[in-house]
Amino acid sequence: MAAPTAGEPDARRSPLDRDPGGAARRLWSVYGGYVVGFVSLFLIWQLASIYLVSSVLFPPPTVVFRKGQLLVRNGVLFEHLFASLKRILAGFLAGSLLGIPIGLAMGSFRSVRKLLEPYTEFLRFIPSVAMITVAVIWFGIGEGSKIFLIIYTTIFIVILNTAAGVSAIAPNKIRAAQSLGATRAQIFFHVALPATVPYILTGMRLAMANSFTTIVAAELIAANDGLGKMLWDGRLFMLVDEIFVSLVTLGLLGFAADRMFRWSIFTFAGKYSPAT
Amino acid sequence: MPLVSFHDVGKTYRSLQGLDYQAVEHFSIEIEAGELFCLLGPSGCGKTTVLKMLAGFEAPTAGHIVMDGRPVTGASRDRGVVFQGDDSLYGWLTAVENVEFGLRMRHVGKSERRERAMHYLRLVGLKGQEQKYPAELSGGMKQRIQIARVLANEPKMLLMDEPFAALDAQTRSLMQEELANIWHTTRTTVLFITHDIDEAVTLGKRIGVMRAGPRSQVKGIVEVALNGARSRTDDVFLQYYKRVHEMIRDEVAKAIARAD
Repeated sequence: MAAPTAGEPDARRSPLDRDPGGAARRLWSVYGGYVVGFVSLFLIWQLASIYLVSSVLFPPPTVVFRKGQLLVRNGVLFEHLFASLKRILAGFLAGSLLGIPIGLAMGSFRSVRKLLEPYTEFLRFIPSVAMITVAVIWFGIGEGSKIFLIIYTTIFIVILNTAAGVSAIAPNKIRAAQSLGATRAQIFFHVALPATVPYILTGMRLAMANSFTTIVAAELIAANDGLGKMLWDGRLFMLVDEIFVSLVTLGLLGFAADRMFRWSIFTFAGKYSPAT
Repeated sequence: MPLVSFHDVGKTYRSLQGLDYQAVEHFSIEIEAGELFCLLGPSGCGKTTVLKMLAGFEAPTAGHIVMDGRPVTGASRDRGVVFQGDDSLYGWLTAVENVEFGLRMRHVGKSERRERAMHYLRLVGLKGQEQKYPAELSGGMKQRIQIARVLANEPKMLLMDEPFAALDAQTRSLMQEELANIWHTTRTTVLFITHDIDEAVTLGKRIGVMRAGPRSQVKGIVEVALNGARSRTDDVFLQYYKRVHEMIRDEVAKAIARAD
C-alpha cells in the first residue's frame, strides 16, 4: 500500500499524536486504566487475605509472588506454562484452519449448510469438557487427546461465526461486483472472503477463550504437565500457594493472549475492523 | 434505435405467505443512447424494481428487456449500478482500490488501472482522498467513490438508484450539479431513479413519471428542453416543475392512501 500523500493528515491518527510533549500523557491515557485496575485488584486481595480471611488457605499476593519467583527460578512454572501453551496453539490453529473453510462453505451453499448442520448443531452442545473421557480413551493421556479437545472446542465456534459472516454480507456488495464484471470465483475471493474476515476473527477470539477453559480441565484429569496438572498437584500436596501461582498465571496468560489477538487484528487487519 | 427498451414488462413478487404482489405491469419505456432518463415516482411505485430488472439482479415475470438488440438475462459490466446506500463499497479497500475493482477483475495492468482510477477520482472531485478507506469519508464522498467506480469500468450505461437520497440538502444539490457536469462531459447513458421532482427536473433530459403501485406503469413522459446549467429559480424550470408536479400529485396521494 502506498503511503498517504504528503500534506494530507492521516485521519486514523488521533489528535494527541501531534502533541510532541504528550508522550507520557498518551501512555497514561492508553494504559493508565489497566495499571490502576490491576493494582487495586492485588491491593484488595492483599487486604482481604490479611484482615478478612487470614488463613493459610487464602495466601496474600506477596506470598504467591514469592512462590512464583521460586517456581520461575527452578524452571517449573515455565515448563508447565509452555506445555499448556503448545497444546492451545496447536489445537487452536488446527481448529481454525479446519473451521474457516467449512464455515465459508456452509455460509455460501445452502446444500452444504443442510448437510453439515446436523453435525455442528448436535456436537456444539456437547461441551468439550464432557469429551475428555472419550478423548483420553481414544488418544491416550499424551498430546493427542489435548489437541483433539482444543480443536473440538475451537472448530464449532469458528464455523458458526464464519457462516454467520458470509450470510451477513450486504447483497449490494455482491451485486456491485456482478455489475462490475466479476466472476463467481472472483466474487468469492475478492468480496465474500474479505467481508467475512471480521466475523472469522471474532470467532477465533471466542475460541481462544474456550481453549483456556478446556486445556485446564483436560490437564486436571489426565496429563503429565501443564498448568492444569500444576493445579492438581497443588491440591494433592496441599500447596495452596502453588495453586494460586497457577491461577494467576492462567489469568495473566489469558489476558495477554486476548490483548495480543486484539493487537494483531488492529495491526494487520485494521481495515477489516467490524466498524467499516 | 433506442439503447434500452422495456416491452410490456411485469414483475410479480410472491410473499412468504404465498400472496402475489404485482409491483409493475405492462411497463414500457425506451431509453436513447446518450440521454439522462429520470424515472420519477412516489415511494413504493416500483422504480427500484425497474432498475433491478435492467441491472439483471432480478428477472421480469412478464415481457422482456432489450439492450443493444440483446435481451437482458443477468448482471453485466455493460450496466454499472450506483446504489442508494454506501453498503456496496468495499470497506477493506481504499477509495482508489474501490474504483479500480472492475479493472482489476478484468486483469488490467496495475499502472494502467491506477491511472484510470485516478482520472475518474479527479473527475468526481476526490483528488487527495484516494488512500482513505470508505469509513473515513463522508456520505457525499462515498457516493462519489461509487460513481467513479462505475465510470472507471466504462459501462455502456449507468443505473443510479436514488444515489443522493441519503445526503443532506447542500451536498445533494452539489452532487446533482457535478453529475450534470459529468454527464455533459462523458455523455454516458443514464437511468436515474428518484422520488424528488426537483432532482428530476434538474438532471433529466426526459422524465418518466410513474403511477402509484401496485401494477405500476409510466403515466407520461416529460421532455425537458433545458440545456446547460439549470437554475431552480428560472421561470422555465418552474414551469417544468409544475407540469411534473401536477402529473405526480394524484399518484402520491394514492400511494399515501394505500399505505394507510
